[in-house]
Amino acid sequence: MIVAPHASLASSDTKLIALIGNPNSGKTTLFNRLTGLRHKVANYPGVTVERREGRLNGRGDHRLLDLPGCYSLTPRSLDQRIARDALFGWADGTPPPDALLVVVDASNLERNLFLATQAVELNLPTVIACNMIDIVRKRGDRLDVNRLARELGVPVVGTVASTGEGIDALRDALETVTAPQPHARRWSAGARLDASAARVAALLKTHRIVPETMADAVAVLMLSPAVLDSDDASFADLPPQVRSELAGVHRPPLPPPADSPAPDRDGGSPSTDAVQARYRWLTDLSRGVLTRADRFAPALSERIDRIVTHRVCGMAIFIGLMLIMLLAVFSWAAPLMNAIDWAVGRLGDGVASLLGPGALCDLLVDGVIAGVGNVVVFFPQICILFLFIAVLEDSGYMARVAFVTDRLMSKVGLHGRSFIPLLSSFACAVPAILATRTIENRRDRIATMMVAPLMSCSARLPIYIILISALFGTSVWLKVGILFAMYALGLVTALLVAAVLKRTLLRGPTPAFIMELPPYRMPRPGAAIRSMWDRSKLFLTQAGSIILAMSVLLWALAYFPRAPETATASDPGAQLRQSYMGRIGRTLEPAIKPLGFDWKIGVGLTASFAAREVFVATMGVVYGVGDGADEQSTPLRTQITSATWPDGRKVFTPLVGVSLMVFYVLACQCMSTIAVVRRETNGWRWPLFMFTYMTVLAYVASFVVYQGGQALGLLLHQS
Amino acid sequence: MTTLDRLEIGRTARIAGLTVDGNRATQLMEMGMTPGTEVVVARVAPFGGPIDVLVRGYHLSLRKCEAGRITVMRDRLEDALA
Repeated sequence: MIVAPHASLASSDTKLIALIGNPNSGKTTLFNRLTGLRHKVANYPGVTVERREGRLNGRGDHRLLDLPGCYSLTPRSLDQRIARDALFGWADGTPPPDALLVVVDASNLERNLFLATQAVELNLPTVIACNMIDIVRKRGDRLDVNRLARELGVPVVGTVASTGEGIDALRDALETVTAPQPHARRWSAGARLDASAARVAALLKTHRIVPETMADAVAVLMLSPAVLDSDDASFADLPPQVRSELAGVHRPPLPPPADSPAPDRDGGSPSTDAVQARYRWLTDLSRGVLTRADRFAPALSERIDRIVTHRVCGMAIFIGLMLIMLLAVFSWAAPLMNAIDWAVGRLGDGVASLLGPGALCDLLVDGVIAGVGNVVVFFPQICILFLFIAVLEDSGYMARVAFVTDRLMSKVGLHGRSFIPLLSSFACAVPAILATRTIENRRDRIATMMVAPLMSCSARLPIYIILISALFGTSVWLKVGILFAMYALGLVTALLVAAVLKRTLLRGPTPAFIMELPPYRMPRPGAAIRSMWDRSKLFLTQAGSIILAMSVLLWALAYFPRAPETATASDPGAQLRQSYMGRIGRTLEPAIKPLGFDWKIGVGLTASFAAREVFVATMGVVYGVGDGADEQSTPLRTQITSATWPDGRKVFTPLVGVSLMVFYVLACQCMSTIAVVRRETNGWRWPLFMFTYMTVLAYVASFVVYQGGQALGLLLHQS
Repeated sequence: MTTLDRLEIGRTARIAGLTVDGNRATQLMEMGMTPGTEVVVARVAPFGGPIDVLVRGYHLSLRKCEAGRITVMRDRLEDALA
């Protein structure tokens, strides 16, 4: 799943409005309200990591650009740089926006106004949306929106994005907004800073680095030491005069004594002076516009946090939630899964009787229906998994997981925030890899990317379920336990690999952890179901495209060349053995036999490098073609338990099941993941490294499991 | 005077100063941790993990090592009552 920006809607007569705001300010919900698009919304920082564009509802000539959330216009990570570059007109070939929509979380006014006033000072036509104004009301506070508008010199509209309140007024304001009267900054941090800022602004104007009206505001932002950060390409491209002027600003007036890159004392640098001066102004400003009710109610959030971040309860809740999710995947989905299974079987029988025997019928029944059908059977499970993840994301729980796990993650050498992409990887590694853009340090970001695909994504679920339900008896707790063990194996391996990487290839200090804990919000059923549907749809799209193609290819490999009728009459397996697939499989067999796999599994395993679900499709095709005469539609789960080696031993013992699942936990079998890592790291080095280490790890672990189990005599018989 | 990591849970204090390097200080201040601001430690993550600080009406979490470089002054009235 690659989130691409919308195809450019650009044309000269449309107006581009950039949407900017703090993380968790309801920015993406507001964007969806205004454009009618459905983007994923979640209650943790960093959901929007890329620019996304849509048209203002009913107004084709206004385009709205959703930018990643940030706390200030001084970027510290890639997603924030994307936001800043879009505003300053530094993004490749894109001019600055024609207007700005700044979203402010009214329930957290002071800190939100920090970014908002930085944005207002850019002197673009600007509208401020004071979002979540219902929370302010519920607290009994009063926010004077009109006074705020007067103080800032731009229109301010109170909104509640989740219910739609104020959206029409906001749309009207956006359509009529004009450039504000240029005015001087309303705060000052003293003569030294103002003089430096004026010099930098003059240079910015001379070199035409930003539009003239923005120069003063951008100059103030450039007083941050981050400007000289070598990671930031936009700053590296600044003309030498500007760089040397900035270096002069950041250097103390006198040359420092030898060997002293001494840390700044408080208030010692122009950048912290500027931040403090702005906040002094904002403290007064928010006191003037916000009347607080005289009561202090410890919010529900507080009470939930007391339990969720508790040392014993917190861990128990996390593990409990995971268990409930896996249990739900197994038991709630079972009736639906059986229904789809039955429908797929009927469909196959129906097509067979309609077409009569022949190659076309075989292609449809044994290739398309057996391949795609057997994957689609898992749709209910995927939906349940995504629904759980959507509810967790929407509630604000993910940030708590990062808070509680930060200690563990810092031992690994990462940030608690790295845990969030890892958890999203339970759904799919691709959005998780995009979410790593919020991680400040490049080394930490790459380390997180390298281990995210070890988390068991939804594509592995069909394989786990088919093997577990076929091979591990009837106790639902045993099944859930094994499934849990597979998820835990992925997580533990991810942490260990990250720890190794951070001590070897990606050595570096443990990053600082500065993260907002957003208030809990009641997950909205509509939003959760929409998010579930949007992601589950991709599973069906995948089934309709890549898995369909692979199924047809695999069917052809199994079907041709045809064996003589005489051979197949006496031995139903003859066709498969002498087919192209059989020949390929037997070539592969020596390599995978030590893991306990026969050549049919080997073919499935190899084909899975396109996408993991293909394994299930392969088994469907293999047993569909191999069945020959006996055309009864039994579920695949039953078919695999009767597969045997030439000497009559069962192929699928529980030990083989475990060995196979371990291989799937660890192997990197996903084209999309490799493609997205290549794009995000700008090269083949890291994706190749990831593919190699994961596949080697998978082979070795599987080998150890199978050979160890054989030696100890464990799990050798089907129950 | 003490440092933020040593402030008792629930006690109110004012930030006196930050002794972290320039870039990190800017980041903390941008999040609202400027000298003179009132802070309350809401909770500490288990096993010596990060702390959760209430600042300017929202919750910010940071590690003990960063909190240890933020000096704070306890609220006098609370001090007298304690």
